[in-house]
Amino acid sequence: MKSKKINLLFNDPLAVAGIIILTIFIIIAIFAPQIAPYDPNEIIRVDGKIQRLQRPSGEFIFGTTYMGRDIFSQVVMGSRIALRVGLLAAFFVAIIGTTVGLVSGYYGGWIDTIAMRFVDILYGIPFIPFVIILVSLLKPSVWNIILAVSILTWRTVARIVRSQVLSIIQRPYIKAARVAGASDFRIMFFHILPNILPLIFVEMSFIVGWAIISEASVSFVGFGDPRAVSWGKILHTAFNNGAVRVAPWWVAPPGFAIVLLVISVFLISRGIEQAINPRLRDGR
Amino acid sequence: MLIFLGKRLIQALIALFILVTIVFFMFRLLPADPTAAMVDASLSPEAQMQIKASFGLDQPLYKQYFIYLKNIILHGDFGMSFFYRESVISVLASRILNTIILGTTAIIFAYSFGLVLGALMAWYRGSLFEMSSIIAGLFFKAAPQFWTGMIFLMIFSYGLGWFPYSGIREAGYEASGIMKYFSMDFLHHLVLPATVTGLYYLAQPMLLMRNAMLEITNEPFIELAFAKGLPERRIIFHHAARNALLPATTTLATKMGQLIGGIVLIEYVFSWPGLGREIVMAASRYDYPLAQASFLLIAFVVMFYNVLADLLYGFLDPRIVY
Repeated sequence: MKSKKINLLFNDPLAVAGIIILTIFIIIAIFAPQIAPYDPNEIIRVDGKIQRLQRPSGEFIFGTTYMGRDIFSQVVMGSRIALRVGLLAAFFVAIIGTTVGLVSGYYGGWIDTIAMRFVDILYGIPFIPFVIILVSLLKPSVWNIILAVSILTWRTVARIVRSQVLSIIQRPYIKAARVAGASDFRIMFFHILPNILPLIFVEMSFIVGWAIISEASVSFVGFGDPRAVSWGKILHTAFNNGAVRVAPWWVAPPGFAIVLLVISVFLISRGIEQAINPRLRDGR
Repeated sequence: MLIFLGKRLIQALIALFILVTIVFFMFRLLPADPTAAMVDASLSPEAQMQIKASFGLDQPLYKQYFIYLKNIILHGDFGMSFFYRESVISVLASRILNTIILGTTAIIFAYSFGLVLGALMAWYRGSLFEMSSIIAGLFFKAAPQFWTGMIFLMIFSYGLGWFPYSGIREAGYEASGIMKYFSMDFLHHLVLPATVTGLYYLAQPMLLMRNAMLEITNEPFIELAFAKGLPERRIIFHHAARNALLPATTTLATKMGQLIGGIVLIEYVFSWPGLGREIVMAASRYDYPLAQASFLLIAFVVMFYNVLADLLYGFLDPRIVY
């Protein structure tokens, strides 16, 4: 059954394209220091002259910044932060959201009411402003951005998991497990969870994209990790130095990197969704 | 319906109250000291205490909390901005309207284009037009809004010189009160930020409309319309599209809430003097009363649209019973 679904995923050309793009990004991130021709923070001089705002060339594939730094090296190194934020945030969100959703749906009653009202309140909190304020209060760092994203985003996963639990719990095999003396914990995590897992993966891949965009956004408005090279921060520096006016090569590459990576996780997410839901297949 | 409305409003009020509380403690308990930013460390200790007292920062935390609640609820008073040295409300009053005007224009743009494109996509299924619309929608959905904004600035402001690149009016242009929103100059400034925001939110109404249309076009009454020999354009827009509107329209108010929340970045890129830009400025200047109030106001607008979404849902789809 499981391998059949995985086959379905690999037969979907768009999903395969997504997986390939994501894999390439992961490889780039792993070997980033080997791929990047320069140190991303190095001020490049030729004959003592700083190489400011050089157009893309064989020497500088994406050109250089106002400070004479190599943009290609920065974009390559930036993939590390993007993937770290994306994957870790998705991981934390999945854990918090799944646990809350499982417990809430399984026990019902006042636990459910409180948890779901709390989720409602979270839905009223504007996402980007919240992340900006929390990060600025805690001091800008990659970890604080991951934290801020995770604190708010688990709301969607909790809702989805809970609604699934409510329907799965009605099935006879859950009753059978209970009669056989399985503990609540066992039923929740060994009998219910495996059935929801694919759906959680769909949501997780969305969150990867969402978290990457959030990190870029927060860094862009100036609350990024001061020590890290991230795509959002490249754009922040570019914007503040008026690259929009003079250096399109400084603006385009980090943006396209974000778009490509985010599209790849969208495609994977869509692929998993179609593999688990037959009604979405056949071009419907 | 009225009972539902009442319940929903009470729920929203409770949520708002909890949010106000969370925000208060978030700002007070986190490591950054809000007093540090506005009290010059080189002043004598007495002078420092005096400034703290004038902002009520010398009181114990729980007292500060009750003063803060009382001021917000009874007087709508969010305190004084450290930076502008005037009341937060008077700073933000004009910002709210700017944000709402930009947001509303953007959402109207996204939905009017999204719905029409979606309808046409379903009709011309499998065409190059459908494929390119999907790709464009996906692209703008995956691209961070601020980056799309930068690219548009590059092309349309600096490259072609069609649109101004920042603010809401030309320097030297004077207009007072509400009239400033009815000038060509203002509209000219509005086009780019509204378009960029709209493009980001285009994909969802477009795809929902497409899917709903695909379902509708299999219905017998469409076949009948064809059999009657009605012109195709009339069938698309009068018969099919009208019945396919529901799924997309019900998402409108929720999207509007999301849009207002995410508008920070657009306002920043286009120097649009709205609530979102104020949050960024206030947070980077450690102007906590202002940051806190801007955040709460945005949250208030988001909650308002969430309530509206629930109501609209029942209004548009009579099958839903409260």
